[in-house]
Amino acid sequence: MRQYIDFFNAQRPSIEKISSELMNAYRDAACKTFVENGFPAFNTEAYRHTDIPTLLSSDFGFNLVDRYPDIDPYQSFKCSIPNLSTNMYFMINDRFYRRETGHKPLPENIFSGSMQEFTLRYPEIFRKYYGKLAATEKAGLAAFNTMFVQDGYVLYIPKNVVLDKPIQVTNILRGKVDSLINRRFLIIVEAGAQAKLLLCDHTADEAPTLAVIQVSEIYVDENAVFDFYELEESSDNTLRFNSVFLRQAAATNVMINSITLSNGITRNNYHVALDGSRSETDLYGLAIVDKSQQIDNHTNIEHHAPHSKSNELFKYVLDDQAKGAFSGRIAVAQDAQKTQAYQNNRNLCCSADARMFSKPQLEIYADDVKCSHGMTTGQLDEAALFYMRSRGIAEEEARLLLKYAFTDDIIEGIRMDALRERLKILIDKRFRGELITCRKCL
Amino acid sequence: MLTIKNLHASINGKEILKGIDLQVNKGEVHAIMGPNGSGKSTLASVLVGNPAFEAIRGEVVFNGKNLLELLPEERSYEGLFLSFQYPVEIPGVSMVNFMRTAINEHRKYKGLEPLSAGKFLELIREKRNVVELDATLVNRSVNEGFSGGEKKRNEIFQMAMLEPSLAILDETDSGLDIDALRIVSKGVNQLKRPENAIVVITHYQRLLQYIKPDFVHVLYQGKIVKSGGPELAAELEEKGYDWLK
Repeated sequence: MRQYIDFFNAQRPSIEKISSELMNAYRDAACKTFVENGFPAFNTEAYRHTDIPTLLSSDFGFNLVDRYPDIDPYQSFKCSIPNLSTNMYFMINDRFYRRETGHKPLPENIFSGSMQEFTLRYPEIFRKYYGKLAATEKAGLAAFNTMFVQDGYVLYIPKNVVLDKPIQVTNILRGKVDSLINRRFLIIVEAGAQAKLLLCDHTADEAPTLAVIQVSEIYVDENAVFDFYELEESSDNTLRFNSVFLRQAAATNVMINSITLSNGITRNNYHVALDGSRSETDLYGLAIVDKSQQIDNHTNIEHHAPHSKSNELFKYVLDDQAKGAFSGRIAVAQDAQKTQAYQNNRNLCCSADARMFSKPQLEIYADDVKCSHGMTTGQLDEAALFYMRSRGIAEEEARLLLKYAFTDDIIEGIRMDALRERLKILIDKRFRGELITCRKCL
Repeated sequence: MLTIKNLHASINGKEILKGIDLQVNKGEVHAIMGPNGSGKSTLASVLVGNPAFEAIRGEVVFNGKNLLELLPEERSYEGLFLSFQYPVEIPGVSMVNFMRTAINEHRKYKGLEPLSAGKFLELIREKRNVVELDATLVNRSVNEGFSGGEKKRNEIFQMAMLEPSLAILDETDSGLDIDALRIVSKGVNQLKRPENAIVVITHYQRLLQYIKPDFVHVLYQGKIVKSGGPELAAELEEKGYDWLK
């Protein structure tokens, strides 16, 4: 940890030189938080299954120089989600790729682009939101990100604007040597607005260890509707430490869908604050892991206002020596009467060596609520397997069908038709061990 | 078509079948009757290769092949079909996808190209009518939320789709009301051909009024203790099983 603080102090002029003044203004406080907290310590209650300090102890390279890599993602990364017709943007490592092509300008006042540029155009809005939610994380990941991050992506949907076309941001992770990348997202959906955002994570270079510390802050104001899809399809050598912070005002409806199709070691944190009454969250997750992949999802849903509703479902399919962890906390504050909160975690272990750790945690301080949680971890249904085989479906194919069927309710929950159809194909290929062509969107 | 010689089988180390001999030829309908626990369902399970059961002695030849050496799916390709006493629910797998996969695996085994989507849907429509299966059911998950009658009709629908040479109906009449029984039996009779055969496993004579057997066998304590013509079923109905013990 010390090495990163020294590095930060030594490199601060280079970091700041190509960032924006406003982003630079947050670095002192962030450094202070990081010095005090460091990375989340292994074997603490919340980080029992992911040892971030050890994983980040080796010497990672940083690219602090503003130099565009020699690729044009619009040429080399063609995402073929058919008929998705998203407005497509790219992040290459931590930088927003500015030479956008191929889509019509967005409706007026919507901002979708570089965080640096946003700080210049909307400094007041930036100040109002940036670091407000992420700062609440006591652990040092968000602080670390804030220290080093030089650019990022901002989606700003002003009041009552309804964006019918989804936005897609494809994150491309590149590096010839082991590298650490800090990626940052700020999403503001103002009152009455509606939008859908899909974040796709890809690794372009397979060999080196590429670590990402990613922080997303999402603010959803009254009566707004927002869908947030995160799709990870990265290499075995990718380390992904991702924190999403969401705050919802009254009568909002938000869906988060976190899909891990392929990865190395991933830790996702989803912090949801239901601050307004009648706010609703659907939080879905699907992880498909095999070989020695690891996925650790942590969710924390806090109901602060009455009549709010959260519905949470995480499903894992684990094979080979893969390891999965789920810890889900739901907290219902004293004033949050009539809260409904449902949590479910279902896991399928397809090999004797796959391991799954699951921990629900409900803290309820209000007395008039409906809350439930459930967890199951099991194997494929032998009776169903035999039934299928007796009809001529070979065992291997029957296993595939059952695994695929297990993912069904997560996939059907997706509110972007083209993405849903595309995922069905990708998941089928994933289980068949075929190369997922999504990797390069080709 | 099917020759069973001195078949012994067990589940969890407990011997249930204690020497079964049975010969089924093309075009025949056989009924196997017997009290609870006599081994009727075990016989069906062993024949289709349920891994919970173990054949410990004897031999079964089906269309010239050693049946006991084949995987359950291979037995299906060879033309064996079991209508399950308790059809299994498979959430998330649609009937259409399930049947398409099964049909195409059968075709692959025979060296045929997969059926086109159009042809497949046509086939479904045609076979659905055999048991008056509601169109909406084929779009649902396999057996999920089906009523008892719908599940049994779905079994016969699958039989119609796969056109087996030997179909074993394991208590297909249980849980059926009179109307459903009539529909299911009508479906089975429609599927009867001179080149295929049917083995009906049942407790009661009721089903045999609709599906007329050529031979009736009584299974008791893991052995066939009596065989005869259709008149044996009537006799059993009247006298019960006690006189055979």
